[in-house]
Amino acid sequence: MDRSITPLIKDAIEFELKLKPYQQFTLANGVNVFAIDAGAQDVLQVELVFNAGNNFEKIKGVAGTTNALLKNGTSTKTAFQLNEHFEYYGAYCNRGCYNETAVVSLSALAKHFEVLLPVVKEMITDSIFNEDEFTIYKQNTKQRLCVSLTKSDFVASRLIDAYLFGENHPYGAYINAEDLDKFTTADLKNYFNEFYVNGNCVIFVSGKLPDNIFELLNDNFGKLSLTAANYQTLSIERELATEKKYRIQNDVNGVQGSIRIAREFPNRHHPDFMNIMVLNTLFGGYFGSRLMSNIREDKGYTYGIHSYIQNHIGSTAWMISTDAGKEVCEATIEEVYKEMQLLREELVDEEELMLVKNYLIGTILGDLDGPFQIMGRWKNLLLNNLDENYFYQSVNAIKTITAEEIRELAKKYLNPSDFYELVVV
Amino acid sequence: MINFESFTLSNGLKVVVHEDKSTPMAVLNVIYNVGAKDENPNKTGFAHLFEHLMFGGSINIPEYDEPLQKAGGENNAFTTNDLTNYYCQLPAENIETAFWLESDRMLSLAFGKKSLEVQRKVVCEEFKEHYINKPYGDVWHKMRELAYTTHPYKWMTIGASLKHVEDATLEDVKNFFFKHYTPCNAIVVVAGNITLEQVKALSEKWFGPIPAGEKYERNLPQEPKQTAPRKQEIKANVPLDALYKCWHIYPRLDDRYYVADLITEIMSGGGSSRLYQSLVKEKQLFSNIECYHLGSTDVGLLTIEGKLVKGVKMEDAEAAINEEIIKLQQGISDKELAKVKNKTESMMAFEDMSVMNRATSLAMYELLGDANLINTELEKYRAVTAEQLIEESKIIFDENNSNTLYYYSNN
Repeated sequence: MDRSITPLIKDAIEFELKLKPYQQFTLANGVNVFAIDAGAQDVLQVELVFNAGNNFEKIKGVAGTTNALLKNGTSTKTAFQLNEHFEYYGAYCNRGCYNETAVVSLSALAKHFEVLLPVVKEMITDSIFNEDEFTIYKQNTKQRLCVSLTKSDFVASRLIDAYLFGENHPYGAYINAEDLDKFTTADLKNYFNEFYVNGNCVIFVSGKLPDNIFELLNDNFGKLSLTAANYQTLSIERELATEKKYRIQNDVNGVQGSIRIAREFPNRHHPDFMNIMVLNTLFGGYFGSRLMSNIREDKGYTYGIHSYIQNHIGSTAWMISTDAGKEVCEATIEEVYKEMQLLREELVDEEELMLVKNYLIGTILGDLDGPFQIMGRWKNLLLNNLDENYFYQSVNAIKTITAEEIRELAKKYLNPSDFYELVVV
Repeated sequence: MINFESFTLSNGLKVVVHEDKSTPMAVLNVIYNVGAKDENPNKTGFAHLFEHLMFGGSINIPEYDEPLQKAGGENNAFTTNDLTNYYCQLPAENIETAFWLESDRMLSLAFGKKSLEVQRKVVCEEFKEHYINKPYGDVWHKMRELAYTTHPYKWMTIGASLKHVEDATLEDVKNFFFKHYTPCNAIVVVAGNITLEQVKALSEKWFGPIPAGEKYERNLPQEPKQTAPRKQEIKANVPLDALYKCWHIYPRLDDRYYVADLITEIMSGGGSSRLYQSLVKEKQLFSNIECYHLGSTDVGLLTIEGKLVKGVKMEDAEAAINEEIIKLQQGISDKELAKVKNKTESMMAFEDMSVMNRATSLAMYELLGDANLINTELEKYRAVTAEQLIEESKIIFDENNSNTLYYYSNN
């Protein structure tokens, strides 16, 4: 047997990828439910997505704090009792606040949903935002923040977003300790009333769905004064910083620099977006990427370097991110620009392009493993005002993009003068 | 119930097969029975550095990642103090590519000079990123040295110092490989859309011809029973004071391990746990507090750690933890016990959702001696009684078994 010969492989790009279709219901109040029935384990996940993200707050920090305190007390249950109820049934009830949306999610064994959903309903209709809970939350958030601010990567991520979007834009804004003292529980209650109790909502449910799932959801959420969510665009224009290069000293004893190199980039609705995903993968989007091969595997400057398009609904950014030895930060940046130049000037050879295509298709196939993952894909499409055509067109874009098209895109988008550059030590 | 079959090749390689026709993917997981605890105390960090070198080309295949990615696959690996695990996932039609790659690097590495030079640097950057350039990053370095006098758990997987990693030679690399990376020290798990017959044929073809090698007989110095409390103070440039306490617990296969695991759930397994409710919410002494253990194979550590609210005295914070420990030793209600058992059940159900996790779990359980623990462990948790919890919490939280780090802020 000759071990140097590769076994025959089926090119992943020959696979036919299918995105399992969702079922859709509408609750009595008009709220839409998207459902994926799949999987072998008796587990379920339901996510209530509200148009209640940072974009809607008038005082910085109110959206995130309101969301975080949804599990901290209702008129009939203390924070402890709420937590105990979910934990007794081995359930996870999580909250998350993003730019456009804010989420309350529940994952549990399917058999327990009947006793769990009424408590979720209580959280989104009857939270009381007690003073003590707010005080403890503020104190602990400030403490966490002061630890995070000693980390170069945390500081770098905040600053680069501020350069790319402006500090008044939800994608660029960040919280300082003193911001938490500029609002009261009355502001939280108002926000809760407007954006949760009387808010816009859409529901995603996935797992091995019980027969009565629609009734369960309708009984708990169908009579609330919620309305169907519509796709949200941001009301604020981005404000790009004029200065492009920054070097910041955060810790005099730091041994590494956190590097961020980034440019503005349009959102998923732009015609170049799908093809850019292929170029990005080639450039810095997987372990075998140009950036990893050169800067980690050849030079050993860093443990890892990655590029990605930030996952925003609105106009977004293309980011290169790494932590590198303090003494090799400038050399790292130089290599990043050299890799851009190579992509602008030389055609990627067919073998490397084919590898990237196969890798991408294989990854999508692997990512669609399991009901929560399938729903995750759908959620991302629907919240971005896209449908399954976008999924199939993206797959097709991966399969058909040419080396010439890649080079054209690199010429258009990978010019160092368009990039912001930041090192925080 | 997770179904699996297993067989052993004549060179001693154990193969576990888990069929799941609902996924288009397949996973090949290889676990090697070697971790940081098997290292020479003067050359620590080697098991982990070695994991990096496993991607630097094997005897017949110059590049590991490239052919796998071409086949639509992805991979990663991790090293702990107990073991080293490699896994790749790819479309099931291309599973043979994974057999080809994994068997060649089990046969022999390329031992390239450049790969060693570069990966030494990469690991040094990893060391800096996680343990030097982070506030509190050196805690586990100090705590392991305090809590273990003898057992090789006294150093971290990444290594006791950057110097050990920088000094690694090609000779060290070769010796390590031929001592530990042999079929009889490895377990392969293949999971996903494959059949037993197919895996048997592919295993014989690719792994069968590899020489068995010598079985590595592990003979580690065991940690003597601790007889007096140990304490240490650290001052560092961190924003907040922090408290870390560790107690020795039972090895992974001891039935009392499950008791210790449930104790961590009772103490800090969520928003209704005891330490969180009492010390963060009611007394407001800590801004966060956690109780956990690392699931070590040999005698492990149960840890309570937290950051103190500014202005709180270390002594008061510690006294409050001790109060909670005493309460635990006095009793636990049926409801609370049911809660932590239910949580454990659902945690397992969620973990088992992905075929990749199932493959890795089967490999870890088989390394412990029985892959079927994946199905039977829940019963061991279910069997734990309130009396056992009280009794064991008295033994574990004995002051003479405690190791305490007072981590003070300079600011």
